[in-house]
Amino acid sequence: MAEYLDIIREYDVLGAFWVNIQLAFWAAIFSLVLGTLLALLRISPVGSLRWAGSAYVTVFRNTPLTIIMVFMVLGAWGQLQLTLSSDFNVNFFWLAVVALTVYHAAFVCEAIRSGVNTVPVGQAEAARSIGLSFLPAARMIILPQAFRGAVAPLGNVLIALIKNTTVAAAASVATETSSVMKTMIEFRPDYIYAIFFTFAIGYVILVTPVGVLTTSLSRRLAVAR
Amino acid sequence: MSASVLFDAPGPRARRRILLGNVVGALVVAAGAAFVLTRLADKGQLDADLWLAAVDANAWTNYYIPGFLYTVRAAGAAIVGAGIFGLLFGLGRLASSRTVRIVCGAVVEFFRAVPVLLMMVFFWLLLANAGVPSPSYWGVVIALVLYNGSVVAELVRSGVHGLPRGQREAALSVGLTRGQSLRSVEVPQALVAMLPALVSQLVVVLKDSALGAIISYSELLQHARRLGSGEGNILQTLTVAALLFILINWGLTKLAERLSRTVRRTAGRTGTTAAGLDAGVGEGATAVAAEAPHGLTHGEGAGPGDPDRPARWD
Repeated sequence: MAEYLDIIREYDVLGAFWVNIQLAFWAAIFSLVLGTLLALLRISPVGSLRWAGSAYVTVFRNTPLTIIMVFMVLGAWGQLQLTLSSDFNVNFFWLAVVALTVYHAAFVCEAIRSGVNTVPVGQAEAARSIGLSFLPAARMIILPQAFRGAVAPLGNVLIALIKNTTVAAAASVATETSSVMKTMIEFRPDYIYAIFFTFAIGYVILVTPVGVLTTSLSRRLAVAR
Repeated sequence: MSASVLFDAPGPRARRRILLGNVVGALVVAAGAAFVLTRLADKGQLDADLWLAAVDANAWTNYYIPGFLYTVRAAGAAIVGAGIFGLLFGLGRLASSRTVRIVCGAVVEFFRAVPVLLMMVFFWLLLANAGVPSPSYWGVVIALVLYNGSVVAELVRSGVHGLPRGQREAALSVGLTRGQSLRSVEVPQALVAMLPALVSQLVVVLKDSALGAIISYSELLQHARRLGSGEGNILQTLTVAALLFILINWGLTKLAERLSRTVRRTAGRTGTTAAGLDAGVGEGATAVAAEAPHGLTHGEGAGPGDPDRPARWD
């Protein structure tokens, strides 16, 4: 037991989780912004924008995240020399954030759109009848209510995002959990079960509160109708 | 049709503005595409021979098709396994014994919370250490079975909970036991109701099978990567691989949408409520979203916000 604790300290397991939390944090913020924009495009009266929004969602929802990650590293960075930071390793971190963002933005968009569906038609009609045009109506009437209806699906997207940060391994982020776990098992195969359960329990601890919180929030925020 | 209530059927002025918006929007999209394309051209990535090498006969016969077959093999085995696992544990969560319920619940919740990649890496190294042949294949399959099996288990449970109570009462009153009623009356109906959700889960399995590339399982992505690094056209081969995935998954998504419309129609007759199912395993507010309260969700995009399956991840 004592020896196992030494291994955990030696390989900085907490540090690995911290990297994943940071990945999730930035990707969550960026994909929330991008996803909201996409949702706006998809409900807008302008056909070409609707088309662009749904094309984006179709493409990124159906592409494996692993391909996007590999693409960011081998394609965008390796071939097109897209560099997001002068520091070699930090650069990979941000490439992974971009990949997570573009992928999950599609799901955020769909979650918000399902939230828009919970807003009664009457609200939109009322907004129109007091003379609001599309953008003001969306900003002041529809989206605030849509977000409240979208809490539970957004929570699911966030949980998926937290778990998907492990795929950053495909983007050469060597300090995140799945890469660290692989290294640890390779060097200490005698502790393989303990190592796996340490990381697995770590995710249970990270993910469960998010699920509980968003479920209870979605109940509390649901607009009584 | 436009699926929004945010604007009226446009009058002449609004039509002009929308036309203007369309032109501007199309220009913005085109400008974005042009920017990307010129940048690619600057780097010489649009050269015809790079693209031809990514789609010629050699690429297909030696890389994409074998890679795709490996993908299908792992995904197929995972689907069968996940179905069995899901049925067993879904029934377990509905069992009359409290202990069985708790154990099955704990197992399902655990495997839903752990990232698939962690499980893949674990089983891959575990089997490799144990000297099992083709450990990366089994790593992919086992991890996918455990994760997707627990999602299916949740579907079974919420499907049964979504059935009208009368179904069970009728089964019990004709003398079936609790277990018989589950097996021969409730679960079969629940399976029909969850069919669309199951099909969209196939998309998740296919997408996640690409994780196998990380643990050196030679599936489609891995083959595309090998081809691309050999020929120096990695951007192109990855694009082809991505397109293949997108086409298949898009087809499956469409199939799921069609099935969900059919099931909703049938459900209307038999009184089975499939509703909450499409929207994230019947979790409170999502069920509300799925019901599409006021018909503003016609056509594509109706109902379920997240075909990429339920509760957790895609």
